[in-house]
Amino acid sequence: MEISLLFLYNGFRGMKKAFEVIDHTADVGIIAYGTDIEELFSNAALALFSLITEPESVERKFHLDLEVSSEDIDSLLIEWLNELIYLFDVKHILFNHFDIKSLTHNGLKATCYGEDFDPMKHKIKAGVKAATYHMLKLDKSDDGFKAQVILDI
Amino acid sequence: MARWQGQLIKIDDYRWKIPESYKTGMRVPGLIYASKEMLESICGEQTPEQVANVAFLPGIVGYSFAMPDIHWGYGFPIGGVAAMDIKDGVISPGGVGYDINCGVRLLRTSLSEAEVRPRINELINALFHNVPSGLGSEGKIKVSQKEMNQLMVEGARWAVKRGLGSEEDLDVTEEGGCLSGADPSKISDKAAKRGMPQAGTLGSGNHFLEIQVVKEIFDSHIASIMGITEIGQILVLIHTGSRGFGHQVCTDHLRVMEGAVSKYGIKLPDRQLACAPIESSEGQDYLGAMACAANYAWANRQCIAHWVRESFSKIFGKSPEKLGMRQVYDVAHNIAKIEEHTIDGHKLKVCVHRKGATRAFPAGHKDTPTCYKEVGQPVLVPGDMGRCSFVAVGTQKAMTESFGSTCHGAGRMLSRGAARRSMQGRDVVRELENRGITIKTGSLSSLAEEASQAYKDVTEVIDVVHHAGISRKVAMAIPMGVIKG
Repeated sequence: MEISLLFLYNGFRGMKKAFEVIDHTADVGIIAYGTDIEELFSNAALALFSLITEPESVERKFHLDLEVSSEDIDSLLIEWLNELIYLFDVKHILFNHFDIKSLTHNGLKATCYGEDFDPMKHKIKAGVKAATYHMLKLDKSDDGFKAQVILDI
Repeated sequence: MARWQGQLIKIDDYRWKIPESYKTGMRVPGLIYASKEMLESICGEQTPEQVANVAFLPGIVGYSFAMPDIHWGYGFPIGGVAAMDIKDGVISPGGVGYDINCGVRLLRTSLSEAEVRPRINELINALFHNVPSGLGSEGKIKVSQKEMNQLMVEGARWAVKRGLGSEEDLDVTEEGGCLSGADPSKISDKAAKRGMPQAGTLGSGNHFLEIQVVKEIFDSHIASIMGITEIGQILVLIHTGSRGFGHQVCTDHLRVMEGAVSKYGIKLPDRQLACAPIESSEGQDYLGAMACAANYAWANRQCIAHWVRESFSKIFGKSPEKLGMRQVYDVAHNIAKIEEHTIDGHKLKVCVHRKGATRAFPAGHKDTPTCYKEVGQPVLVPGDMGRCSFVAVGTQKAMTESFGSTCHGAGRMLSRGAARRSMQGRDVVRELENRGITIKTGSLSSLAEEASQAYKDVTEVIDVVHHAGISRKVAMAIPMGVIKG
């Protein structure tokens, strides 16, 4: 696997690497970073929307409170991303800011900020259809947290 | 990605075996159909490791197969075939894939290249207008919850009942366009909500609708039975699946399977291979839900085929019947089926997972449609948009060797990112136009991702399955007009 594009996203905690996009033969992957687990989940969501559109083009017109639960932290990350994919697919909502209110190993509460997809305003880069367990990795190091997720597009 | 360094034993020029001894836990050997040249690229990634990993699954019989168009997937490789004994075997949603019943439908016409080429732009525009495509595309048919329940159970027939197509279309669709056992009670509210607005849409990614010209006929007898009679004849190929609905069904049930893996004490080398015993409630629930998604995909292709006929009719001012627009066949290439096969002389009921693989039943098989009983079930193998596609038929060899299965397409070679980079600064639309291919797409960036360079040459793929004897090639067609989502 080759790291193709390095997205240096000017995150909300200064100039910090938030995520990378990686190649996968049939699909695409992301590596998200976070100084804590909340930031990791927030950056993974941001990485997801950066595959779908240009996150900078999204305005924070409204917010939505989400609750996701799962069996363990790895599958919670997948469930979280799948929930956001679902909201885009069915309700056509684009988000670009995520406030993780609470996060345990099997549940999270978040407030997501964004707006409805507008074809005149938002460029759609790819249709992400699912977050997969394939090559899923969530690690903690001295610098913080890191997660790799392959997405089906 | 590191090269795969495992052990491969050459059986003949087209068959390579990964012995059971390669990895402790393999229950059967792996078998890769490929030429020596193709094997180079297959081993460039860890794909053979995935073939070996599938061999760990409980109840697997025969081999863990890989077709020559194999490439790296999630858990299961794409281009993989695995049959599990229904008594003690497992069903794995990963062995079907996210796009449940992604498949191909081929229509023939009595039109010639000379008649269509001057009007190709008009025709492509009409098709683009009539067949909803692209990201987030929503259908022109409105499906209520009640109708969605019927659609999930009836499949293509649901569309035919609404006047979109004929009974004859169903006769030449795998399973008659309806997989039995569909159980809408196993479908989540989320899945239904994703599915309802997207019924009757082409979608995006590698899905397409193609107007093709027959370039070569390898077996004129079989081709004529399929109504493919002349070089220059126009065909239409539709490639799509179950849209967001299938993805949600897969996502939902993978989560259930995660729990089942520990509940039934199944040891897996990769989490994405999550599975449950076929006879367990988790297994049966997935099969019931998967059938709903498979039926959704058949209804989808049925609707699209109808709008294709309407578009041709509008442009050429004749009815679809007058234009000879009859369906050759419709195949699923992401599906699991309960089938009866003969193993070591004994009849056995197995669940055949075909992920990026096509059923290839021979002449005389009970499930080969009556009109093809004499020659075998048509196998439709689309290539990439710049090259060509093939029509083949199933064989007895496929039945005895690969659980009646063969390849499904070209198979990706470059990742989407790498394809985009290789095409940087090049005008894909212009390049295709220079080669006589008109293209219309909602997304230019995804077009570069689907460029020819990203795929293996389908000609090499079909030659392997032809020489290995698991299908016989019948005809080849090249694209003239393409609609990409």
